[in-house]
Amino acid sequence: MSEHEHHGHDHGHDHGRTFQPDHAEPVTDAARIGLALRELLIESGRYSADEEQAVIAKMQGARPENGAALVARAWLDPAFRARLLADGATTIRELGFDLSPTEFTVVENTGRVHNVIVCTLCSCYPRALLGMSPAWYKSKNYRSRVVREPRQVLAEFGVELEPGVEVRVHDSTAELRYMVLPQRPPGTDGWSEERLAGIVTRDSLIGAQRRLDAGS
Amino acid sequence: MAKPSGPHDIGGLEAGPVDRGEHDTAYWEWQIDAMIRLALAKGLITDFAELRDGIERLAPEDYENLTYYERWARSLAYTLLDKGIVTQAALDAKVAEIAARQQAAGIA
Repeated sequence: MSEHEHHGHDHGHDHGRTFQPDHAEPVTDAARIGLALRELLIESGRYSADEEQAVIAKMQGARPENGAALVARAWLDPAFRARLLADGATTIRELGFDLSPTEFTVVENTGRVHNVIVCTLCSCYPRALLGMSPAWYKSKNYRSRVVREPRQVLAEFGVELEPGVEVRVHDSTAELRYMVLPQRPPGTDGWSEERLAGIVTRDSLIGAQRRLDAGS
Repeated sequence: MAKPSGPHDIGGLEAGPVDRGEHDTAYWEWQIDAMIRLALAKGLITDFAELRDGIERLAPEDYENLTYYERWARSLAYTLLDKGIVTQAALDAKVAEIAARQQAAGIA
């Protein structure tokens, strides 16, 4: 999906494609409370601005590409795939991604099963691996509906399910995060791990996309 | 379906289409995110359950209308005030200071 096609108008600046305004500084009361807490904690030495910088830099380094690399490796390496599915947390920790204390479970799409992830109560997501979740993942409408009418929601996302495909909806918790292992698309025989990783999208790691595009 | 336990308990409710517009994380949102991680790392809050408790205490209209990091900000405020790590007077003064600063800068 293009980030731009959602809105039918062209603002020529970033605000046109946000579901909430992006302000350099918070201007609502609730956001000012957050900024005020931050300043109070820094002023009282609870943490430093340098520590804040380091945390932000680390979290900004988490990206969907990390998940895409895991998927590509799993497609090429059956032993790795088996370990990833059996014990996701340990397997990714070995690669430098630490989601502890939460568990990490990878669920595999097949010709008969499609997995989709949600966190109905909150917005739990494997952030330290994949980065910020999309806004829609945190939205009330997605969280409400995907457990009730997943096929309808998936259809709205453009997911076409082959007849007879079972849909499994995984509700994340404070202790357990999920990622979907999408199916390797046809037409990718002989591709390198890097090239394969390049076609794995963020939405496919959530299950909001089923078919990956191998291009022409 | 069981009665929802709070404004956060929305799984299975009827709702409208999913807005798939993307949202770039603003820098102040990263700062709130970092504050929560550091508050956990420094032991100011015990675990995420404490923060979720704060979010689940929000009035339903606040839960509905606040953005994601605004909810976290409100929740962290509840928790730090409850624990006496921050006082209401200091928080009010700092919010007023920030508002005045923003007004002077033409932001608010």
